[in-house]
Amino acid sequence: MNIAVCVKQVPDASDVKIDKATGTMVRDGVPSILNPFDAYAVEEAIALKEKHGGNVTALTMGPPQAAEVLRHVVAMGVDDVMLLSDRAFAGADTWATSYTLGLGLKRLDNLDLVICGKQAIDGDTAQVGPGVAVNLGLPFVAYVRKVIEVGGGKMKVERLIEDGYEVVEVELPAVITVVKEINSPRMPSLKGKMKAKKLEVAPLSAADLGAILENIGLPGSPTKVVKVFSPPPKGKRETLVGTPDEQVSALVDRLAGIKVI
Amino acid sequence: MGIIVKVDLCTGCESCVNECPFGAIEIKDDVAVIGDKCNLCGACVEACPVYAIEMTEEQAGAPAADLSAYQGLWIFAEQRVGKVAPVAYELLGEGRRLADALGTELSAVLMGAGLDAEAKALIEGGADRVYLVDDASLNEFHEDTYASVLSDLIEEYKPEIVLAGATSIGRAYIPMVATKVRTGLTADCTMLGVDLEKRMLLQTRPAFGGNIMATIVCPGHRPQMATIRPGVLKRAAADPARKGEVVKSVPRARLVSKSKLLEVIEEAGHSINISEAEVIVAGGRGMGGEKGFALLKDLADALGGVVGATRAAVDSGWMPYPHQIGQTGRTVSPKLYIACGISGAIQHLAGMQSSDVIVAINKDPNATIFNVADYGIVGDVFEVVPALIKKLRESRG
Amino acid sequence: MDYFLTDEQQEIRALARQIAEEKVKPVRAELDEKEEFPWEIMKTLAQADLFGLYIPEEYGGFGGGSFDNCLAIEELSKACIGVSVSFAASGLGAYPILLYGNDEQKKKYLPRIASGQSLAAFGLTEANAGSDAGGTATTAVLDGNEYILNGTKQWITNGGEAEIYSVIAMTNPSRGGRGASAFVVEKGTPGFSFGKKEKKMGIRSSATTELVFENCRIPKENLLGREGVGFMVAMRTLDKSRPGIGAQAVGLAAGALEESVNYARERRQFGSPIISFQAVQHMLADMATQTEAARALVYAVARYLDSDPKEISKASAMSKLFSSDVAMKVTVDAVQILGGYGYMREYPVEKMMRDAKILQIYEGTNQIQRNVIGAALIKEAAGKKA
Repeated sequence: MNIAVCVKQVPDASDVKIDKATGTMVRDGVPSILNPFDAYAVEEAIALKEKHGGNVTALTMGPPQAAEVLRHVVAMGVDDVMLLSDRAFAGADTWATSYTLGLGLKRLDNLDLVICGKQAIDGDTAQVGPGVAVNLGLPFVAYVRKVIEVGGGKMKVERLIEDGYEVVEVELPAVITVVKEINSPRMPSLKGKMKAKKLEVAPLSAADLGAILENIGLPGSPTKVVKVFSPPPKGKRETLVGTPDEQVSALVDRLAGIKVI
Repeated sequence: MGIIVKVDLCTGCESCVNECPFGAIEIKDDVAVIGDKCNLCGACVEACPVYAIEMTEEQAGAPAADLSAYQGLWIFAEQRVGKVAPVAYELLGEGRRLADALGTELSAVLMGAGLDAEAKALIEGGADRVYLVDDASLNEFHEDTYASVLSDLIEEYKPEIVLAGATSIGRAYIPMVATKVRTGLTADCTMLGVDLEKRMLLQTRPAFGGNIMATIVCPGHRPQMATIRPGVLKRAAADPARKGEVVKSVPRARLVSKSKLLEVIEEAGHSINISEAEVIVAGGRGMGGEKGFALLKDLADALGGVVGATRAAVDSGWMPYPHQIGQTGRTVSPKLYIACGISGAIQHLAGMQSSDVIVAINKDPNATIFNVADYGIVGDVFEVVPALIKKLRESRG
Repeated sequence: MDYFLTDEQQEIRALARQIAEEKVKPVRAELDEKEEFPWEIMKTLAQADLFGLYIPEEYGGFGGGSFDNCLAIEELSKACIGVSVSFAASGLGAYPILLYGNDEQKKKYLPRIASGQSLAAFGLTEANAGSDAGGTATTAVLDGNEYILNGTKQWITNGGEAEIYSVIAMTNPSRGGRGASAFVVEKGTPGFSFGKKEKKMGIRSSATTELVFENCRIPKENLLGREGVGFMVAMRTLDKSRPGIGAQAVGLAAGALEESVNYARERRQFGSPIISFQAVQHMLADMATQTEAARALVYAVARYLDSDPKEISKASAMSKLFSSDVAMKVTVDAVQILGGYGYMREYPVEKMMRDAKILQIYEGTNQIQRNVIGAALIKEAAGKKA
């Protein structure tokens, strides 16, 4: 089973602190990590390979230093990597990112499955996985929480919905996005770490991919950020004091007053 | 491209470095240098005290076509088992306001067979027109068939704006539609507005786990598409007297999905949809264990709500994953959110801070959760919550 | 302190540390409380390739040595020595095969141990043969192409959980110490069973059981080396593994020191953090110095062993003796620094102190270590005169 995983390097949200005075994020010295949702995608890909044989390739689009996440996933057991890196890719929104990743994925022969994390924790859009599926012309299943079985050119999965889950069978090749519930990502292995240390990552440029310039980076991105601002201070921040009974009485009065209860 | 630093004016004061939400600016040789992480948000332009940073007006990307050919505001009315989801009516409420401001029509897209009554309800909820794609194969959701049906409709009727709920259905297939029709899409918006002059939809969404808000536009492509978080928009009151048109159609070609729905399983414990609950009582590490959550269930029952949990509580096995609220769980915005024994990690806040009213109960007066709370109670959850349950039961008689 | 580790050794340490932090620390109290064998963690260590650090590459290992193994053991021991002993004891079971096995035996067993697919265990101790291995009563009698084993081994780490056992038994009881031989016995062999899991003071997540042999027939090919070298196999195995106990001790002491420093910085009495008091600082200073001295000795001995010297018993015994005494003292002091909290199970130092005691007992009590060192001193002095 030949599997590709799309991964992204993101700032480590668990290290992000809020400056209490200004209400803004403190980003100084925040390390870059593998997007946590992508770790589930990588684990699932490696687990499927261990069960069915084949090969796992991880792709990322980003600046040259994004090679670091590729090393991380090689240490976990990914076989091959592909780094899509070119200044012309900068400023890509999800449309241009999906297009670019799609071009990278088309270079892989006999692909059976593409796995993406549900979303990246820096953008939280969850749009690249489905976008990639369209670029590849493949069927797509979102929010997979379990791969039940693979065989006969099909895959049976459980997909999370609001009030439970669905059992869906999809024809392969296909693209899926996975949620946290699906597995618990493995630790790196020593052999993987040594392989990652020696790994040389040759970036592929827009020209290497044969990308149409109007479809990549900033020019290829239909959406533009026009304004970024701190969220308005949330909450009245009224502290209710007294004994527990007094506190809950005050609370019930206020909630009833604004007709919430 | 897009943004320049005037080297002769820049004093290297670092004001822009501190202001940049993407950490894209560094000072090199006493001059600001904008790197690849730049998203052209313009925060640095405003921050610069010496006007050394300018946005260049160069419009990125050629407009897709004649933008004025696109007219009308659409909302996607998602249904499961023949029942339109509440978020569709919220979209109609806001859509009505936006359509009126833009002087255009509001239409709803509904897919599936046997939905005439639902189509009528959408008109009562504010739609001028309902595009009803009447095909039994659309009763079930499949990413590929839904995406092809909606893209075909968009190509045929050319709407100016398309809105959908940021639900598991909306977020799964709307990005496929935007990719197919080659337009922009903004995910999980919490606020919408319009720039009437440019007829641009101003789509505002939280980013970086809710630490910043970003307003996004789609200047050169149509339709302008966004998914909207359920619960943040206000639905309009239904008006049974409203008249509208139902345009029935069938798919262009026979729909064959490459996926097959074998089974739908509603899971015990979340037969009530946490994303659409009006009252959520959530617990964190401070609840100590399953016993603590049993207490929260009592409180939720007294309020007619459901129980949510932080990642820490789910990882400890006190609650199943479907109850998890936050960046790696569900995003919710109920009318009332009661956070019990929750410290307020930003990953959790990202999933709940758009709630209407937030109550926090925590013994640590410095817990971050109090910063986003409307009402804070510093105290032991095991004293306060039982007192609250008792009080609520008394007041109900 | 910088011990000038190679790139590989730094990776080993970083990986073991990550596993200790993320996989061991969160569950150590529960494993201790429930006396549950840490299979999940063993699987993680296997997946991470750590079981084969000291096994040659041709047998599926990493091709490193004792020092590499000690680095991994130390890091795991910072979190829990109940877990690290289960890891280290697999090495103890593997050494007889590594040291005395023929190529066929190595090919058969070592890859399974190196990959972590199977755990190994070492069966030497018996009810009446503890420090004095001469009391061994388990017998192995050759019958055609098979040896028949009878007898009971006691307090065997990884008993019941391991699949590959290196066992010492008497092939010629009349010859006493020279009548013992070493064998490999696989779990599942008819006549080979396990006694109940022992209830212990510490390292409670590890498995300690009896190995019971009742007319257990094993193929002749399972003999390691030749008949009569059994005690040599045991002594050389223990010489190799003792720095591992030293590394456990260093890790445990370092873990207790870290808990103590963290606590002393947070705990306030008389208006100040208690770390600002000299009484506490001096205790911490001694704990830190002793721990570092133990580490320096263990590292030096492990590196020395890896240079394949002829005589290693004395150095090996010293590394185990000194560092296990340090671990006992440092963990007792850690409980003292945490005071009443230290005595409570909610804080990890209580378990650390209980765990520490075994380090002075197993793989040769510290009294036996002193005997070994003493004997070496006599031998050296005698050698000089001659």
